[in-house]
Amino acid sequence: MTSFLRGLTANQQVSLLFVLLFGFLTLATATLLVLSMRERIADAATPATRGLRLKDYQGLLRTSWLMALVFWLGWAAGGGVATALFAMVSFFTLREFISLSPTRRGDHRSLLLAFFVVLPLQYLLVWTERFDLFTVFIPVYVFLAIPTVGALGNDPQHFLARNAKLQWGIMVCVYGMSHVPALLLLNFPLQGGKSAFLVFFLVMVVQTAMLVQHIVSQYRGMAVAPAISASFNWYGWSAGVLAGGLLGAALAGITPFKPLPAMAMALVASASGSFGHLVMKAIKRDRGVTHWGSAGSSITGASGLLDRVDALCFAAPVFFHSVRWNFNV
Amino acid sequence: MVTLGTRAMGLFLLGLIRLLTGAQARWHGCPPKAEQRIYFANHQSHADLVLIWAALPSELRSITRPIAAKDYWTASRFKRWITTGVFNAVYVERERKGDEDPLQPLIDALESGDSLIIFPEGTRGFDEEPQAFKSGLYNLALRFPDVVLVPAWIHNVQRVIPKGEVIPVPVLCSVTFGAPMHLEASEPRAEFLTRARQAVVELRDA
Repeated sequence: MTSFLRGLTANQQVSLLFVLLFGFLTLATATLLVLSMRERIADAATPATRGLRLKDYQGLLRTSWLMALVFWLGWAAGGGVATALFAMVSFFTLREFISLSPTRRGDHRSLLLAFFVVLPLQYLLVWTERFDLFTVFIPVYVFLAIPTVGALGNDPQHFLARNAKLQWGIMVCVYGMSHVPALLLLNFPLQGGKSAFLVFFLVMVVQTAMLVQHIVSQYRGMAVAPAISASFNWYGWSAGVLAGGLLGAALAGITPFKPLPAMAMALVASASGSFGHLVMKAIKRDRGVTHWGSAGSSITGASGLLDRVDALCFAAPVFFHSVRWNFNV
Repeated sequence: MVTLGTRAMGLFLLGLIRLLTGAQARWHGCPPKAEQRIYFANHQSHADLVLIWAALPSELRSITRPIAAKDYWTASRFKRWITTGVFNAVYVERERKGDEDPLQPLIDALESGDSLIIFPEGTRGFDEEPQAFKSGLYNLALRFPDVVLVPAWIHNVQRVIPKGEVIPVPVLCSVTFGAPMHLEASEPRAEFLTRARQAVVELRDA
């Protein structure tokens, strides 16, 4: 089996991966469909909580489909298209973030700068592979530029809070997200073509960790910070991170790493993704909402894009940096 | 007058508005239905007209005409072209000129069977709360008792493009449509206008 896999070219390996992934997703969707039909038949007998839980899984599955499609598209169409796709994801998530952070009229220019200058420039830097500039552009230059434009707006009320919110939005939605396509462009000297797998690796590991954490924490453990998240507990967290790590080790063959380093990288990514998700939950609680996106869309059961990708926004920069640091690429 | 140019512009604007604001319609009090209606909403920005236009489903968009302030929307040839060709707007004078009834263009539109989008505050408000409603809504309700009055609250538009700015910023916006209301028999004008304003304000937190 392994010798068969090794015999394939990098491209064939990715194709195989996508076939497996889409197969798995189809299977999961079919299972849920059957379950929800049974649910409808035995409606009166089943408790309402089960229906809610089913809805939860459907949401997760929808995200997984979306992500898998995005990555397939990104891989099939090459680095440039993938970068553009992630730039769009950044745009929509930043839009959600800003919509829920009250801004004043004096912030208009700073917002324009964030959306129409910082965001495209950051992705341009990714696309042109200027990694030295790309990692410091936002924390160093934009960090100064945004409040400068804000100060010129001549409105001192809540100045620090307003600018801090905008900085945070840019950091999470643009800086964090832009590290995902940046992985595509890392150049491992001896492993031609394998950095294409890194995005897949990262997303699979983080998504799996989140899924396992989500499921396990429903059955065991005590909420650590119940005011922020009723479900976050160390039991579920450890289970999620461990699952992410194990999957990472199992996927080592498609990465430029050996199994042990692959597992270490996966553990780092899972842990930071899970913590990032918790942090974003705290922000949502602060704003008094349960999810990002349009006000009231909870009625339709849909939630924002940022809810789906927040773990990735935090995991990607940490993962990117530790990969570059450990492997000198 | 729908030409290829205005149709292309309409599609372009619709795409742009959805990209920037999402332009989500939330039908809380009534379904989107092709009956003759007067939608009345809060007014904070000239973009209100554009947003509520974009939020309506396309079948309703073609039979619903927004009210546009004549001095602002006919100030340039481009604005005039957009409001006539794309939005199919009804122009009203904000300042009363001579003896002419400023409501006459609205009455004409209603008589020909169109639905209307009006902003009863008359001018844009800058406070959190909408200003008192002007009597135009009352006069129309009195004259057209069969037309359904639908209150609407437009969220967030003033953040997209504040007064004096040219380039819009992406912020999610939505329009909440409330339950239809009617002018009660022999209801006094002031009471009706307060009730209508209250119906709009209540949608803010709905």
